[in-house]
Amino acid sequence: MSRLASGGALIDRDTAISFSFDGKKFRGVKGDTLASALLANGVKLVNRSYKYHRPRGLVTSGPEEPNALVNLGSGNRHEPNIRMTQIELFDGLEATSQNRWPSLRADVGVLNAAASRLYPAGFYYKTFIHPRAAWKHVFEPMIRRIAGLGRAPTEADPDTYEHQYAFCDTLIAGGGPAGLLAARRAGEAGERVMLVEQTERWGGRLLVDDDAEIEGKSARDWIAEQVAALEAMDNVVMRLRTCCSAAFDHGYALLYERRGDHTIPTGPRHRLWRVRAKQIVGATGMIERPIPFYGNDFPGVMLASAVRDYVKLWGVAPGQDTVVYTTNDDGYRTALALHEAGCRVAAILDSRADPVGMLVEQAKAVGLIVMPSTGIGKVMGSKDGVREVQTVPLDKGDDVELGKRLQCDCIAMAGGWSPVVHLYSHSGGKVVWDTAQAMYRPDPENPPRDRFGEPYVRLVGGATGALTTHDVLASAAGEGAGVPVHCAAEQPASPVWFTPSHGKAALGGKHFLDYQNDVTVADIRLAAREGFESVEHAKRYTTLGMATDQGKLSNINGHAILADTLGKAMADVGTTTFRPPYTPISMGVIAGQEKGLLFKPVRQTALHDWHAGQGAEFEPVGDWRRPYRYQKGSEARAHSITREIKRVREAVGLLDASTLGKIIVRGPDAGKFLDLMYTNMMSSLKPGKCRYGLMCNDNGFLMDDGVVARLDEQTFLCHTTSGGSDRVHAWMEEWLQTEWFDLKVLTANVTEQWSQFAVAGPNARALLERMEGDIDFAGLPFMGFADGTLNGMPVRVFRISFSGELSYELATPTSYAVSLWEALLGAGDDLGVGPYGTEALHVLRAEKGFIVIGDETDGTVTPHDVGMSWAVSKKKEDFIGKRAMERSDLTRAGRKQLVGLLTEDPKFVLPDGAHALSADGKRAIGHVTSTYHSPTIKRSIAMALIEGGVDRMGETLEIGIDRKTTVKAVIASPVFYDKEGARQNV
Amino acid sequence: MLLIQCPACGVEAEETEFAPGGEAHILRPEPGCSDADFAMYLFERKNPRAVHYERWRHAFGCGKWFHMARHTHTLEIFGVYAADAPEPPQEIKDRIAERTAS
Amino acid sequence: MSDLSLARAALDVTPPPDLGAQVEALSSRGMVAIRGDLADAGFAAALKAATGCDVPGVRRSTEAGECRVLWMSTDEVMIFCEWSAAPGVVASFMEKAGDAHVLALDVSDARAVFRVSGEKAWRVLAKGAPVDLERFGVGEVRRTRIATVATGIVRTGDDSFEVFCFRSFAAYMWDWLCVGAGAESLSDL
Repeated sequence: MSRLASGGALIDRDTAISFSFDGKKFRGVKGDTLASALLANGVKLVNRSYKYHRPRGLVTSGPEEPNALVNLGSGNRHEPNIRMTQIELFDGLEATSQNRWPSLRADVGVLNAAASRLYPAGFYYKTFIHPRAAWKHVFEPMIRRIAGLGRAPTEADPDTYEHQYAFCDTLIAGGGPAGLLAARRAGEAGERVMLVEQTERWGGRLLVDDDAEIEGKSARDWIAEQVAALEAMDNVVMRLRTCCSAAFDHGYALLYERRGDHTIPTGPRHRLWRVRAKQIVGATGMIERPIPFYGNDFPGVMLASAVRDYVKLWGVAPGQDTVVYTTNDDGYRTALALHEAGCRVAAILDSRADPVGMLVEQAKAVGLIVMPSTGIGKVMGSKDGVREVQTVPLDKGDDVELGKRLQCDCIAMAGGWSPVVHLYSHSGGKVVWDTAQAMYRPDPENPPRDRFGEPYVRLVGGATGALTTHDVLASAAGEGAGVPVHCAAEQPASPVWFTPSHGKAALGGKHFLDYQNDVTVADIRLAAREGFESVEHAKRYTTLGMATDQGKLSNINGHAILADTLGKAMADVGTTTFRPPYTPISMGVIAGQEKGLLFKPVRQTALHDWHAGQGAEFEPVGDWRRPYRYQKGSEARAHSITREIKRVREAVGLLDASTLGKIIVRGPDAGKFLDLMYTNMMSSLKPGKCRYGLMCNDNGFLMDDGVVARLDEQTFLCHTTSGGSDRVHAWMEEWLQTEWFDLKVLTANVTEQWSQFAVAGPNARALLERMEGDIDFAGLPFMGFADGTLNGMPVRVFRISFSGELSYELATPTSYAVSLWEALLGAGDDLGVGPYGTEALHVLRAEKGFIVIGDETDGTVTPHDVGMSWAVSKKKEDFIGKRAMERSDLTRAGRKQLVGLLTEDPKFVLPDGAHALSADGKRAIGHVTSTYHSPTIKRSIAMALIEGGVDRMGETLEIGIDRKTTVKAVIASPVFYDKEGARQNV
Repeated sequence: MLLIQCPACGVEAEETEFAPGGEAHILRPEPGCSDADFAMYLFERKNPRAVHYERWRHAFGCGKWFHMARHTHTLEIFGVYAADAPEPPQEIKDRIAERTAS
Repeated sequence: MSDLSLARAALDVTPPPDLGAQVEALSSRGMVAIRGDLADAGFAAALKAATGCDVPGVRRSTEAGECRVLWMSTDEVMIFCEWSAAPGVVASFMEKAGDAHVLALDVSDARAVFRVSGEKAWRVLAKGAPVDLERFGVGEVRRTRIATVATGIVRTGDDSFEVFCFRSFAAYMWDWLCVGAGAESLSDL
């Protein structure tokens, strides 16, 4: 056990928690993370690396962890690639290691490591290019098996998720000292503040590095005071376990709240806050950098700050015998913390030639050995961790004899600090290289700018590069009064981008930069030699920084190696851009509550439940669900459709046509306006009459059609296609608002006010006449309409037909829909009344050669192409599409024209979209737009757009069915049934 | 994601409430215009990395069309104005001149 | 009114248990859409005659008796009234408006209206509406979206909102509101 006898600010030693890792039971204590609990249990090996399957241990204690990714949970709660350092322990937690087979300790993929010489940068690009087919069938499955990350879950996620929109003046990301102070200042100024912290605690590094005295108080007391003050403010919202994942344009930010990860969740597991903030303050602190040295990836090699965190926050010693390798003062803090906790510090290796200052003196005073200008030349170890290091002088070149051997089981690396500038970078802010402090800082000259062109993201504290508590709080205080702080001064650092070694070891093949993607110093050097000199190219060639940790630890070291190899200054090499999210977020939280039943809104007519109760099979039409057919008993689909078609041709059928768009257009200029909107003349329509109209866009192509009724002198009712109502209404408004704003016209979309039914078939009139009411159905002429009542319900009756039969359409306010529908069905059993669905509707209209927008048209088809020149006015000076129809391409001979196709084999139904071939079989000359079996004429029918089709009547075409088969079909009129229209005029 | 103020209803709302309508101030030519003029109207659009005058509609809101002057790279919004304005108002032109001078 | 109760029954639904905010469908709500020149004195007089309400200011609503008038757009208002009263409101408005260039339509059946109430009602709506509902005044009107459905929201009281959308989305909106009103999800908001 590595749990220390005392200490651990976050843990409650008296509350034990049991959990399992790779099936083995362990015990931790309340306050542990999975990482600290495993360390406390002496578990060092936590993963295998992605490419070489090298044994890996914990490197960090926070969200930047590259190695310790696990599968969390089991069954339908299984989730891969979760960082152990961010998993708060709870009773019953189950985790398994990933990227190993058959087990973590005996991993077959480790053979990759033996062959690592064969896997240089760009290996995949170079190796798996040829043959093409092999990638999909051989290489990819193999690579996935041995080199994958976690297992993707196979069951539906049982947890729930949600979004929450929020608004504030100032959003503060990070609950460390800088964030707390910035929030306090903003809160006191009366601003609406949101303060979020990704961990479960306030205070940040101040909880660990607690030697500063702030406003005369201990660090711990100062934190408690700030939290209490903020909690008392109504204008401040504080959320723990909430990470500011992203900052986008115009103050939009995403906060990822992990609401139920530290327990079995009740209610949503994660919540995504979609925040619009006037100002975003990034108090996001810093991340420590590793140091590239030979063998810096063995279990037991950790960031010095993480070693200190484990000791001071969780009372765990990552090692009993630690070598500290530092480039700055911070390593000394770790050495002192270990020493105070009773753990041996083998030596402090310092890159600086002459380390001085208070911390150095303290270390020396307690008897710690300090070795200046010295680094780690080589690490000896195994999957069980580090055993020994050999020192190397740092001032004698890259390939030198190694020095002293030091026994140890832990190495603490203090490679300097990188400000977390992500939020600045996400939203377009630039960063600049600070040579003196060896870090990228936010560039105050190039901040992210909002819609007014003003800066809206500001970094404070460690995120600006401030190293001491004094500087951190000074930057967070802003223009307000500063806070008196007493703390140690920081001495200059001496960064190490590459630690010398000896012989082949000095080539950098085991100097790891990116632990997660196994990118080494040698890889970057190779990339530079092969010409990938741009930082963006080197990144993609080597995959540096492209793993799930997005290079939080590796990028800067990698860019420094690139700069060094190219002989350039760091600032001239530049850096890659940090992209959101800061750490990965769950797929579930992206969907929020819009999953399952709520995934997509579906529009239902008032009769939806009735249809469902009658065995309706629904089909999507736009967002609507319409009955495709009604199944009786166990009948086959084709049987229902035939039955419904025959009902309309021989008796009377009811169709729920409520989805048809209905738009009221009213005003003194309504007729003039509709003349512009439709290709045909609408202003001449008489009140009480209907006219079928076509609508084109300005390209001259059909976009909608429908029947227009003139209700009175000033008022028209325009029907649109199902699913076209919103589009057509918006289209009319667009022209009224942006082009013809001088026209006195008002529109309203009344689609859903009215439910509408087609009553179609030879018995339609007989059925309607059985209803009580005041409408003269016999006297109502074709394309006429009348208002009245039926069985006491208000109706408007249109005498129009889309089936070719005697047909009426009844519109009634939607509240009456079910009553009217049931009354009609109840009135005519002996007349054969029953419902029909959309497939029967389509066959009925195709038998008559009526077009459907979206079937016969595809956005490149004019009214002339579909034989509807009669509906294109020649008298009107202008309408939308008129000028376009005069363009040469729209008037040329040989355009595709609508025709009918009759297959040689009357039983064969052509596939939808099948292509007609030219005489030489080399070219498609058109395609099938609608194709059905017609029970009425007892053979297959099809409509098609064929080049010059109207002049080719009787010609036989070959229609391609698949690569090998063609069938013959004869070009015919698209009107297959009742060419004279006798059936509807009775 | 843009934050846009609708000049018709005054609401300041996120981009998802709005629908873009492409370049603004394109004149629809008279019915008898030349093929070239008509092709220009139908197909020719600017795509600058600079200030762009564009049409937007408050689709989920008040339903009104309006104009917006927006920088396509910095996303700075210099102003919104009425859908029936034949050209940007002088104050927006002035603001653009001032903001893009340096 | 037996026809009505039958016809509107589809909108009468019982909310699930364990809600942290009340959700109800207002099945007897009538609605009238009016378009015209809101600044015109004749328009205001006709509206007053028909509803007793003044023309509301931008994104506001006015109330009198059983009627509430909501500002919908620069040239449009929506009247909330009893379902059975809507045809009378249309007739009365049109009569008073005379020859003015206006449009008044009974659209009672075109939309569904829900009431969401309780201390955390605004949190329920804020799960899908990109609107600052915390700072949303009583009587204020906002047309926006909830999830991807075009929605109107009016705050009718300190802890009470009415939400309306096209009727075809009623089932979706009902389910959405009930999920969002879950007690557990509101417990820490």
